[in-house]
Amino acid sequence: MSANPSRLVEQLKGGLDAPICLTWELTYACNLECVHCLSSSGRRDPRELTTAEAKAVLDELHDLQVFYINIGGGEPMIRRDFFELLEYSIGRGIGVKFSTNGAFIDAAKARRLAAMEYLDIQISLDGTDAVTNDAVRGEGSYDTAIRAMNHLRDAGFGEFKISVVVTRHNVDQLDEFKALADSFGAQLRITRMRPSGRGADSWHDLHPTNAQQHQIYEWLLAHGDNVLTGDSFFHLNALGEEPLPGLNMCGAGRVVCLIDPIGDVYACPFVIHDEFKAGSVRDLGGFGQVWKHSELFAELREPQSAGACTSCGSYDACQGGCMAAKFFVGIPLDGPDPECVSGHGEAAMLAASAERPRPMMDHSKPVRVATPERIPVTIGRR
Amino acid sequence: MEETAVATDTDTEVAENELVEELLVEEISIDGMCGVY
Amino acid sequence: MLDRHLELDPQVALRPEPFGALAYHYGNRKLIFLKHPDMVRVVQALGDHDTLADTLRSCEIDETRWPSFESALAALTESEMLHERQPVTTG
Repeated sequence: MSANPSRLVEQLKGGLDAPICLTWELTYACNLECVHCLSSSGRRDPRELTTAEAKAVLDELHDLQVFYINIGGGEPMIRRDFFELLEYSIGRGIGVKFSTNGAFIDAAKARRLAAMEYLDIQISLDGTDAVTNDAVRGEGSYDTAIRAMNHLRDAGFGEFKISVVVTRHNVDQLDEFKALADSFGAQLRITRMRPSGRGADSWHDLHPTNAQQHQIYEWLLAHGDNVLTGDSFFHLNALGEEPLPGLNMCGAGRVVCLIDPIGDVYACPFVIHDEFKAGSVRDLGGFGQVWKHSELFAELREPQSAGACTSCGSYDACQGGCMAAKFFVGIPLDGPDPECVSGHGEAAMLAASAERPRPMMDHSKPVRVATPERIPVTIGRR
Repeated sequence: MEETAVATDTDTEVAENELVEELLVEEISIDGMCGVY
Repeated sequence: MLDRHLELDPQVALRPEPFGALAYHYGNRKLIFLKHPDMVRVVQALGDHDTLADTLRSCEIDETRWPSFESALAALTESEMLHERQPVTTG
């Protein structure tokens, strides 16, 4: 249908009067501690939005005609008002897709979810076997996810999504992920790992190598029909003549944004940092005011300069990559993407300051320091 | 991509129609768009 | 095409934008941009007229542009945003 998407993309880059959809992290609480967690989740933040506050946000999103929300966290199903908010959102005409590790989807919940309309579910999985998956997501998490998928299938939920963060260790499993999704009648979604949240520490070990980036690009071209990508691989477009399907643009602050568990509004879920904070839903004027009038979003809606990438012939294809990826490895935003397929990112990282921005919100559970020696103590009665 | 014909007397009408054809709708995939889960 | 009676599907939300409008189908999750304000007016007026030709005329769309509108409306029908309106049965 589209002959020339560039005019449309230019219009979207200028920002819309309301988001088309947005991500809403409902809680920083999580039963898992994935090593690459973009929101550094684990412990609930005591400043979390109340149920009433959350419903007020949904009322605003209804008035703005936001079409759907992508709910995540942490683990959103941990919230006691999870179903209440789901039903409220759908009741207000806002579709819901939520992202979960599946731990709280038992047979009964699966049936309840299957009965709801305008609901999508995305189960996170990062390996097609427990060894690969659990290395990133924790022991037992593979079994948990598969169990949830079985419950959804048995309950007749219909097509859910399986969402994978592509890492160095699961790139070779793409065919198997596709087969797994097919076996459940589910849709596969693969997304890019960013050095965000706890990912800042694990990125250097986990992100795909240059050779693997070629592999991902080729695989998407050959097998990517009906595979979603969250439009997160457009930096790979510089690899060939054929662009990957999608808008191939960053929607952060223009078409989409993040609301975090305490009501802060960020450009996207991969930049939970003051530098990319637009405001708070608790500010006067609520979410609408932030979306329409925040300084940050106004800046993002200005034409962006190609900066260091100006002289590179690939800029039109790759758009200079992902600002979250650049920011957290310490590359300036008008510099190349750290995974620039032409290799410009490597030099930029070497030149980058040793003082990389650190994630500002860290809700990770405290690390238990193992006592080197356990001295048995017996308390006896005298 | 449409190619506009070189305008000749006989071709002008066809070329004009092609030139004025507007793309009035465009579908886009919104699997999140880059920036959401 | 021009004789057809089309109307917007009830599962479609039409959201005005400066450049035209966004049409989102809650059932099939499709999102379509209506890229011109005239296109938006036409879609909104479909229900008030018997045929597409009537709608285009009433919206004062120049006849030279009708082919573009027909293609666009066909595409919207293909995406299930529009459907054939059920004829009113008279007793």
